Amino acid sequence: MTHAAFIIPAYAVTVGGLLAILLQSWVSMRRAEAAAEKLKTERRR
Amino acid sequence: MHRFANPARFLRIARVLTLPLTLLGLGLTAAGLWIGLFDSPPDYQQGESVRIMYVHVPAAWLGSGGYLGLAVASAVALVWRHPLAEIAARAIAPVGAAFTAICLISGALWGKPTWGTYWVWDARLTSMLVLLFLYLGYLALSSAEAERGGGKAASILAIVGVINLPIIKYSVEWWNTLHQGSSIRLSGAGASSSIAPEMLLPLLLSVAGFSLLFGAIVLMRMRAALAQQAVAARSRRIAAAYT
Repeated sequence: MTHAAFIIPAYAVTVGGLLAILLQSWVSMRRAEAAAEKLKTERRR
Repeated sequence: MHRFANPARFLRIARVLTLPLTLLGLGLTAAGLWIGLFDSPPDYQQGESVRIMYVHVPAAWLGSGGYLGLAVASAVALVWRHPLAEIAARAIAPVGAAFTAICLISGALWGKPTWGTYWVWDARLTSMLVLLFLYLGYLALSSAEAERGGGKAASILAIVGVINLPIIKYSVEWWNTLHQGSSIRLSGAGASSSIAPEMLLPLLLSVAGFSLLFGAIVLMRMRAALAQQAVAARSRRIAAAYT
């Protein structure tokens, strides 16, 4: 494929960037919701 | 709109939507990029480098569309003090900035084989760079305001920055730019495209996939912010009870 030296980095930046922000947001959401749930459970005891 | 101002109601909807939006977004994006890379023809002028369009165009649209969302959420937060609007604005900003950065990087990688240069101070490229700076400015201001506890500067910046959106859109018509004009037009009479159907399909699939991922990531960030707020509020109540 001609221009592969430009196409591959463009796709790598896009897929890598999208997956990085998706993963970071998912982990941060799960951690925050787990902390909120833990506090709620402790309060009920 | 005020029906969704209730964080509990919003969370009920967001919890149902987050995972399906993520999976559908990933599926559509993968399909669009796969067809764009391996099952679509090269362009008669641009050759193989046209494949960069399947990541560049959706990123550009979502970078601009995301900013409109940021400005609307900021205006609602500023005028009506909508409890979720500020959270939405803060969730949209980093995602929009990421899409704008992807647009600029993929555009530079397309420019080199097509124009012979990674960057030129063309009106379209420059206004997209200004959009990235507006996002970064909003993020810096809102972070400073969150530390100090309140403030309106970030919301005002977001609203004022909307002036850049028509400049981005019409830059290729108002000035003699190196960047090509629009290939897809949305008008009152409907949509029209000068792109071949074999190229339009992967483009539309990636636009749909990127849009769903944008929505899913914003929902995740809003859910995280609401949970952090709940933890902070409960911690304050517990601390007050022991003093």
